Amino acid sequence: MTLWWIGDIVLLVVVLPVVIYLLHGVLQAARGIVPSVHKIAAVGAAGSKDLDATALLLTTQDQVRQTVAGVADYGGSLDVIIDDA
Amino acid sequence: MPAAGVVMIVAVVAIVLALVYYLVSTILALRQITNGLDEVIASVGEIVEKSAPVEGVVNDINANLDAAVSALEGLLVKKAGMEDALGLIDGLYPGAAAQGLRDFPESREVIPPRIGEVYTKGTLTLARLGREAPIALANPTGPVLRNVESGSLAARKLYPDGRPEAAEALPRSPVIGADAPVQYEPRDDVGKPRKRFRSGV
Repeated sequence: MTLWWIGDIVLLVVVLPVVIYLLHGVLQAARGIVPSVHKIAAVGAAGSKDLDATALLLTTQDQVRQTVAGVADYGGSLDVIIDDA
Repeated sequence: MPAAGVVMIVAVVAIVLALVYYLVSTILALRQITNGLDEVIASVGEIVEKSAPVEGVVNDINANLDAAVSALEGLLVKKAGMEDALGLIDGLYPGAAAQGLRDFPESREVIPPRIGEVYTKGTLTLARLGREAPIALANPTGPVLRNVESGSLAARKLYPDGRPEAAEALPRSPVIGADAPVQYEPRDDVGKPRKRFRSGV
């Protein structure tokens, strides 16, 4: 009977607080991750929105090609008009 | 049942209740984390999708610009010569000649002339394109046109009495219209056949 009571005391005084302490730590750690994940999601969404302008690179690419073609035409004409050094 | 058994059951139930509460709370928190990570993954997927063609486009732009730079550098060096080319570059962008031309590594060793003071063959050749420019009358193979030591004096000769100031009042534009103080009558010959003179007159 004495051992029975000792077991009860150990359960109530040692096991239950330890279980609560450990589970509380796990819960706090999990809850601490949530706002960080939400911030990362917001940053990812903002980064994705910032990249919306990358489609304009195609326009830039086309304009660069046209500009370089124009420069090549002018250069060819200048090469004909101007004497060499 | 002995009292010790009842206490044991109460203790076990308390432990189970604590386990249930904390584990359920942890599960809810983990679900929130999962939902947030789903949003993150969606955004990252968009970033990857949007940035996928960037490398090819930028490489193409760089290739085109590289070709243009090479062509312009080659043309400049071919037409103006290495020294004058660097002088022109340094005149437009002071200090840029120190970096040299990309396709001409030896250009870093060239000391650029001060094109702002000495009109060189390359400059004269370029100036010949402007047919009305007085500088175009000079021969590119001739000496420099501007006296470096007294260049300001040569410019001052243009206005020996000092630079003239602007007129105090300029004539006003004529007033036109039905209420104008001066009425110009229409010419009679406007709209009629052009007068033709006989040949030999």
